[in-house]
This record gives sequence, C-alpha cells and structure tokens, in this order.
Amino acid sequence: MRKIIKFKNKPKILSSASVVGKKENRGPLSKYFDIHDETDKFGQKTFEQAESEMQRLALNLALSKIKTPQKNIEAVFAGDLMNQCTGSSYGLASFGIPYFGLYGACSTAAEGLILSGMTVNSGIYEKVACLSSSHNSSAERQFRFPLEYGNQRPPTAQWTATAAAAFIIGKEDTEEFKSYACLAEALAGKIIDKGISDANNMGAAMAPAAADTILRFFSQNKHSPEDFDLIVTGDLGYEGHSICKEILADEGLKLGDNFNDCGKLIFDKETQDTHSGGSGCGCSASVTAGYIMEGFKNGIFRDVLLVGTGALMSPMSIQQGLSIAGIGHLIRISAVDKNEE
Amino acid sequence: MDIFLGCLKAFIVGGIFCVISQVLIDKTKFTPARILVGYVVMGVILTAIGIYEPIVKFAGAGATVPLTGFGYTLAKGVEKAVDEIGILGVLSGGITATATGITAAIVFGFIAALVFPSHPKK
Amino acid sequence: MNKSNDEYKKYVERHAVPSPIVSNCVKAFLVGGTICCMGQVLFLLYKNVLEMSEINARALVSATLIFGAILLTGFDVFDDIAKFGGAGTLVPITGFANAVVAPALDTKAEGWILGVGAKLFTISGPVILYGTLASAVYGTVYYIVMLIMR
Repeated sequence: MRKIIKFKNKPKILSSASVVGKKENRGPLSKYFDIHDETDKFGQKTFEQAESEMQRLALNLALSKIKTPQKNIEAVFAGDLMNQCTGSSYGLASFGIPYFGLYGACSTAAEGLILSGMTVNSGIYEKVACLSSSHNSSAERQFRFPLEYGNQRPPTAQWTATAAAAFIIGKEDTEEFKSYACLAEALAGKIIDKGISDANNMGAAMAPAAADTILRFFSQNKHSPEDFDLIVTGDLGYEGHSICKEILADEGLKLGDNFNDCGKLIFDKETQDTHSGGSGCGCSASVTAGYIMEGFKNGIFRDVLLVGTGALMSPMSIQQGLSIAGIGHLIRISAVDKNEE
Repeated sequence: MDIFLGCLKAFIVGGIFCVISQVLIDKTKFTPARILVGYVVMGVILTAIGIYEPIVKFAGAGATVPLTGFGYTLAKGVEKAVDEIGILGVLSGGITATATGITAAIVFGFIAALVFPSHPKK
Repeated sequence: MNKSNDEYKKYVERHAVPSPIVSNCVKAFLVGGTICCMGQVLFLLYKNVLEMSEINARALVSATLIFGAILLTGFDVFDDIAKFGGAGTLVPITGFANAVVAPALDTKAEGWILGVGAKLFTISGPVILYGTLASAVYGTVYYIVMLIMR
C-alpha cells in the first residue's frame, strides 16, 4: 500500500508570493495577487523571457517578505510548461541557489511542495524554495496557435493562466515573522490515462487522476471531506471538476461546497471568456500562494487539501494522436496551531 | 439591380460554404488547418468533375473567395496550361494561376511581420 | 473509476458542454457571406470601372482581401472577428491570409530565417502543398483524357 506521507515535523510555509498577468488581475482573485503587469511582458522582449522574469520577481518578493537573503535558501524546486523548463532555469539562474528542475505539467506546484516538505521534514534542508509558472502567450505559441491566429475555442477548452508563484518552506520561523500554515500530509499521484486525446478537453483527461488520488487519501485515514475548509483541485476547470465530482460520487465519496478548483476560482466565467476556466502551472500555484495563504492568515482556512493536477502530454504526443495521461498530487496544508492527526 | 442580385447570390453561397465548415468544426473536431486543406482539395476535385464552374457562374465571388475557389483557380490554371503547352502545363499551370494570391500573402505577410508585434490573446 | 477507456470516452463526450452550433452557424453565415459580398463588389468594381479581364479582376480581389485580412491581423483585430465569425473568416481567402501572417508576427524573436522564414508556412504550407499536388494530379488526368479524346 502506498502510504500517505506524514510530515511529523510540520514544515512551515514561511512566505509566499504571486505574480500575474493582466487578465488574472482583472479576475475575482485580483486582490490576493502581489504583482501584475498590464502588458503581460514584464519589461521583457518576448513572452518566454517574461515568464522567466515572473519567476524571478516571485522568488525575490517571497524572500523579501521575510527579509531572508537568498544565500539562506538551500535548494529550489521549480518547473514550468515551456520547452525543457526554460522558464525556471533562465528565471532562477541569477540566484545561485542549488536547483532541481521539475516537470509535472500543471501539477508542478503541488509536486514541488511535496518535495520541499519531504526534504525539510527529514532535516536534509533547513529552508527551500518552490516555484512554478505559466504564461498564456508562451503556452499558446508552444501548444496551440500563433497569438494572432483567429480561431474559436470550444466550450471545454481552458485558458492558460499568466501567473507565477513562489513559496519558501522552512523548518523554523524566522525571528521577525511568524508563519500561519504548514505542510501536514501528502500523497503523490499516479499517471492515469483514460484514453482522452482531445487537447481541448484537458479537464476530462485529468479528472480520473485527481479522483484516484482523492479516493486513495480518504480510504487511508479517518478524515471525512467535511473536516476540510477547502478541497481544491489544480486546474480541472468547470468541465473536469464536475466530472471528477461525479466519479467520486460514483465511488461513494460525496463532496460538497468545499470542493472547488483553482481554474474555476481564478477567472470569472461570465465576463472573462475563459470557457472551462484557468489552467497552467501558475494557476494552482498563484491561487494557493495568494488566495489560500491569505485565508490561513485571516483564519478563514484551517485545513486545506490541494490536489495539483497535470496533463502529461506534449505537442508531439498530441500530433501523433496519443491520449493524454493525467496526474494529481495531493498536499494537505494546515494551520500552524492546528494540533491533531 | 444586377449588382444587388449578384451580391446577394455571393452572400448566400459564400455563407453556405462557411456554414458547412462550421458544422464540421463543431461536430467532428476537425482542426482549422484540416478544413483549409480539405476545402482547397475539394475545390480542385469539384472543378475537375465539372460541378464548380456552374457555381462560380452563379455566385461569382461567393464561389471564388472561399478556399474552394483557390482550388478552382488551381484546376482552371492547370487545364489552361495543359491546353496551351501540353504536359509541362501539369507542373506550371496551378501555381501560375494562383501566383497573385500566394505572392500577395507572402509579401504582405512579411511586411506585416516587419511592422507589427503580436499581442497577447484577450 | 472502473469504467473502461471507451466507456469513459463516451461518458466525457456526453458530459461535454456542446458548442453553440446554431448560433455559430448563423454568425459564420453572416460573416462569411459579408466577406464574399465585399469580394463581389470589388470584382465588379475592378471589372467594370478599371476595365480588367475577369481572371485579373478575380486575382486582384484575392489580393485585396488578403491585404485587408493581414492589416486587421497586424492591428490585433482579426482574431476578435474570427472568434465571433468562426468558419466565416476561416473559409474565405482571409483565413488563408491570417494563417500566413499570424505565425510570421509571432516568430520574429526566433530570427528572420528559421523564425519568420520557416514558420510563415506552418499552417498555410499544407494548403499550398496539397492544393498544388491536387492540381498536378488533375492536370495529369486532364492531359491523358485530352490525348485519348483527340
């Protein structure tokens, strides 16, 4: 049995920062994001370089929020969607922090948090950083069409969020700043392929993987879904989230209003023309770093499950007609002063 | 009055070509690139079997402006060239007839690339 | 969860929010019809006022529409019209023009040879390839038929 990872030493989320584009800043979560840019270019020449710059800004801000110099960070776990993770490697090169490049598609934020939690919990590292990003324009260029190409998106298509987020995970609080949330448990996802090959319906491709992880989590412990203030999937969107909910219901796990999706939260479906909702590495990352962490700070959230979802494909696999496999990494974030198993 | 009638015919026939493609896109998940290729090849075939010429006579720009019209021009060009110069026309006819359109797209497209940046999707 | 892949695929297709096909078709009809109508007006203008031959007038109509579509693409307007009109902008020659210029605008950062030069044809290349191929096949058949009939 693949067991739930329990972080006994409760690695703390010392700091988090989010950087978003214009559309995200016009969305319902606008007030939770730290930095935005009206041009989506962040002063750079290309959208790809802009994505790197967003990671740089996010890490800088996350560090400065707790007045921690970059030399105190022992490792960084980061990833994005751009060719061979160039967003992360170019964006983080100047920091000189030992770097682990991750590719978990849009589940990268959750994957990074799990790895951060494991290394800090075990005492290998004192303080690490975890980042991920996506940029609508770089993703459109890589996965879909040129930006000025005129086409209609079907209702099940999702909108890659222009967003980056950074988290600093550490063993102890710094002297000046107290953290609000910590990593409590985690469950890594399995690669699940249910044969969906429609790149315009990623939600449906990822829903079974998210459902599998959620089912495995609740079958292994005494928790019930009502124990959590929020159970949030990464970027299933309206379509995938509703499929996931139906799969779980079929398996006898009824989830209520506390079950939501970062892709649904980040945009306003009615006014922003984003169809099935947001997607991309930056989607779940920025919603967690902004909205969810703010919730912990205000005491609205005490216990949250984040299931970072990813579609494991490439433009090549789509062109060759292969189906899209999904993955769902679960991480449980709890309030620091919450004391129970 | 003739002008109005001509425009109306062009409007309706051209519109129908677009509706057929819209149904294909929405129902079969055909990508736009496949639609474009399909329409051009279809235009050549329909011209070859003599169906497209009457549609062009009837609808004018309603039949020549859609991409099937591109196929029509290719097929007509190759016919004309084969008539005039024989077997070599097979190789020269199509591109010669459509040269204006292709060159216009390439030249204007390149100039546009010099002048304009691309913008994020809205 | 225990559904087979085929069952799941069918379930997903049933579950998917369908495209608003009726309104899409109406919009495609109106937008596509309008573009063809403009083509007809230009054609009559070139033929009757500029006294061009039908073939030349038709070619100039294509060039004009291509120019217009490329200009609208450059000003970031074409994709908005296409989002509304769908196949209405795709099927007329305007869709071909947009398919040429959109990748060209996008790939300047990758250089003028392997960026703009190569990517210009990513979407329109297949159209030219298969169109030309079809015309050559038809030309061959036409040549043989003509030989036999003579």
